[in-house]
Amino acid sequence: MAELIKVGMADYKVGREPASLISYGLGSCVGIALFDPVNKIGGLAHIMLPDSTQARSTENPAKFADTCLPLMLDDLVRMGALRSRLQAKIAGGAQMFTFVNATDIMRVGERNSETVRAVLKKLDLRLIAEDCGGNYGRTVELKLDSGVFRIKTIDKGEKEL
Amino acid sequence: MSEDIMKLSSLQLDALKEVGNVGAGNAATALSQIINRKIDMTVPQVAILPLGDVPDVVGGPEIMVAGVYLRVFGPAPSSILFLLPRESAFTLVDMLMGRERGMTDHLDSMDESALLEIGNILAGAYLNALSFFTKFTLLPSIPALAMDMAGAILSVILSQLGQMGDHALVIETEFSTEGDGGVKGHFFLIPDPGSLGTILAAIGVKE
Repeated sequence: MAELIKVGMADYKVGREPASLISYGLGSCVGIALFDPVNKIGGLAHIMLPDSTQARSTENPAKFADTCLPLMLDDLVRMGALRSRLQAKIAGGAQMFTFVNATDIMRVGERNSETVRAVLKKLDLRLIAEDCGGNYGRTVELKLDSGVFRIKTIDKGEKEL
Repeated sequence: MSEDIMKLSSLQLDALKEVGNVGAGNAATALSQIINRKIDMTVPQVAILPLGDVPDVVGGPEIMVAGVYLRVFGPAPSSILFLLPRESAFTLVDMLMGRERGMTDHLDSMDESALLEIGNILAGAYLNALSFFTKFTLLPSIPALAMDMAGAILSVILSQLGQMGDHALVIETEFSTEGDGGVKGHFFLIPDPGSLGTILAAIGVKE
């Protein structure tokens, strides 16, 4: 059985094949997978918030899309991944509760996925697949032997990106 | 005001626990009357947890739960979340709708509406206590319901707290119907960043 590395909320982990990286129960958070298909090295981040510049606490950079991705990227390159080969896949950014007057706070999921896309672009990373939005939770797993990004939900089925 | 939840004194934590105790007591009494069964309730836990650890309170991020979520408006904006494991939510709906135990295996719109109303009543009962202690007028929003993984549901609240810090102050009570273990649930009050200081000052334990 290949090693299963858990990624908690506001955290990221990197690894190489045959391990898998998994993060449970994403709601408004976004899971970002980066994968080098030649060296089979990859990382999975579970970010909670879009933007560290609007937050008062920045003690944990893995919490934010804009500060987490550069860190994970550095770790991957240090492990031997080739930056230009990295493929990005993202999932999450749901709106779990629907209110009539959705305030900005309620739309954090949408803002998370928007910011993740922008940060990926800024870092020149290719986003090749995504499964974002909706009103349901997701568990995401990045398999480092194949680069398959598997998304499990409670009643919206399972899919592989 | 700036506040550091890591620096709360034991007096302050005790005061919050007492508020949680009376609030959850009110809510449990209300629930007990609706379903006509005795409810056991634990002493509230007032815990300061790293954000990522909060889902473990209810059994882990992937456990299936029904969550009724309400915002609290007024001088101390907060979130209230009433979480039930999926099976407990079904059992509660059986009781509310007068069905035989085990009949409910999914929620139709009437069932959802019943759970929302329960959330409404429990939040009202809880807020009554908080209003009494603080002398604040605190109003609940319309409730919203989701049935999903605990981590996904909690992330809505945790991401708000994440703006300000890496820890959450959680006032949590577990309750269950007596004996048969029919309905179990967790009741959370999570003050917004900034609200905690306001609440502590109002109940007279600012320092």
